[in-house]
Amino acid sequence: MKPFTYERAGSPQAAVASAAAHPGARFIAGGTNLLDLMKLEIETPAHLIDVNGLGLDQIEGTADGGLRIGALVRNSDLAADARVRRDYALLARALLSGASGQLRNRATTAGNLLQRTRCPYFYDSDLPCNKRLPGSGCAALGGYSRQHAILGVSEACIAAHPSDMAVALRALDAVVETLRPDGSTRSLALADFHRLPGETPQVEHALEPGELIVAVTLPPPPGGRHVYRKVRDRASYAFALVAVAVIVQPDGRGRVALGGVAPKPWRLEAAEAELPRGASAVATALLAEARTTRENAYKTLLVERTLAAALAEARS
Amino acid sequence: MDDCLHLKITRRRLLIASAVSASAAALPSLSGAASRDAPQTAAAPVQQRVRLRINGEVHSLELDTRTTLLDALREHLQLTGTKKGCDHGQCGACTVLLDGRRINACLTLAVMHEGAELTTIEGLGTPGRLHPMQAAFVKHDAFQCGYCTPGQICSALGMLDELRAGQPSHVSADLEAAPTLSADEIRERMSGNLCRCGAYSNLVEAITEAAGSRA
Ligand SMILES: Cc1cc2nc3c(=O)[nH]c(=O)nc-3n(C[C@H](O)[C@H](O)[C@H](O)COP(=O)(O)OP(=O)(O)OC[C@H]3O[C@@H](n4cnc5c(N)ncnc54)[C@H](O)[C@@H]3O)c2cc1C
Ligand code: SF4
Ligand code: FES
Ligand code: FES
Repeated sequence: MKPFTYERAGSPQAAVASAAAHPGARFIAGGTNLLDLMKLEIETPAHLIDVNGLGLDQIEGTADGGLRIGALVRNSDLAADARVRRDYALLARALLSGASGQLRNRATTAGNLLQRTRCPYFYDSDLPCNKRLPGSGCAALGGYSRQHAILGVSEACIAAHPSDMAVALRALDAVVETLRPDGSTRSLALADFHRLPGETPQVEHALEPGELIVAVTLPPPPGGRHVYRKVRDRASYAFALVAVAVIVQPDGRGRVALGGVAPKPWRLEAAEAELPRGASAVATALLAEARTTRENAYKTLLVERTLAAALAEARS
Repeated sequence: MDDCLHLKITRRRLLIASAVSASAAALPSLSGAASRDAPQTAAAPVQQRVRLRINGEVHSLELDTRTTLLDALREHLQLTGTKKGCDHGQCGACTVLLDGRRINACLTLAVMHEGAELTTIEGLGTPGRLHPMQAAFVKHDAFQCGYCTPGQICSALGMLDELRAGQPSHVSADLEAAPTLSADEIRERMSGNLCRCGAYSNLVEAITEAAGSRA
């Protein structure tokens, strides 16, 4: 690990001011992804700003009947919240399918959204990776790509976004609230939060340097049946190969988002119009632009079957 | 071109690859793997003071900011009961209780825990007066080599508190109902603790018994 200076910020304003004053600084929340990458010197911040003491750990109802989730709410507390369990079961289910009890006790809302890919070559600096070292090439394209993305990929990078929570938040139309170093605030729809790799896979999200996530807000509860179905190599404590989030209303309409198959939580509102025609029609619409490698081609069939199972469960 | 790249990847790399990605198994860390391409940060090591309350005793330490909580316990306080398996959050051997909640000590910095209350395996019982969870582990033979055991015991205690507080898990059929202590619930909730010796079935029995005695 590279040496760094460390400070505990006392307020969101102080945190962004410090970030502006220290180029190359990073916020640290749970630390479960950042420290992992710092040990490998894939992340090398010269200054760490601890945001755990900012008071951003509350879950509050909003005026319109939605929910405002502080950036520092731990994943386990969010999944255990009575309102989330009752009204946003999709979110609770997605959170509970991720990582382990210990990790969820530290992992935060903001950190989870910003966690980086688990592409093995991103972790291995002996091999090329455009995300870690722009311009060096992508070892996954011709290599071990069983876990990689099939949608939204580019010639430069086929890494998948690993978050389960983000898939549920995408289906729930979540909005990310931020504070910028100049003191201004903004709201970003989760749909626009993560970036596709294109030619710049190192750019993963829409945040500016030093911009702090303060909360994620959810619109009023969508109703319907919520199912989050995650397929992985073992029953627990593993990342998704494919994950399917569905919300199905009594009249058959609904929402579908996918995890494990794209550089961001994947949702195509147009594909949802196919729901009355069944899983296979929805999958066909979702996967129309799929680009697979020899090793991850199985994911197209896995998406279709997992979606069929999730819809059957939601309609049972 | 495909095969060329394949050949470059050794078996060890493939194992590491699967460890960091779809199946997070416990494996040795990739020590120093990234040093070659990493940008040079010239900064010299930085020392910082932190006060930790560990097993009821206050310790004031002057530490390199890079010191993980795990290394602070093992290397600076000689509390070597807490184990290092993977150092990357993938095995649970380093599980301790932070303000009563179970966490991985390898993925947090010591300086982040000023004033925090920590419980490690050394704080739970003594050889003459075992904690009920420790006694249940002995009775049910819930280990072989014992390397994962301190983490398993701390994790089990944190897990039972979560269950009693009504927190649901991935296998809870009804998200809103109070969870029950079934073998399936224990297996799922303990999945963050790997045991290379495979003592899993006895672990479930030990934890079930200790839960009954309100460990
Ligand atoms: C073994 C293992 C298995 C896992 N399995 C899963 C899984 O199955 N599913 C899953 O979804 N996840 C999984 N995870 C990932 C885990 O969910 C993330 O590590 C965690 O959510 C990151 O949150 P954190 O608070 O610890 O982030 P940190 O590590 O503290 O931060 C991550 C990034 O977010 C930035 N950041 C943090 N807070 C803010 C803020 N408020 N504003 C702006 N930037 C911020 C940091 O600067 C950093 O770049 C796993 C992790 C491990 C180690
Ligand atoms: S898929 Fe992306 S992260 Fe993985 S090696 Fe290629 S460029 Fe790097
Ligand atoms: S040492 Fe393996 S999880 Fe911490
Ligand atoms: S007893 Fe040996 S690793 Fe669990």
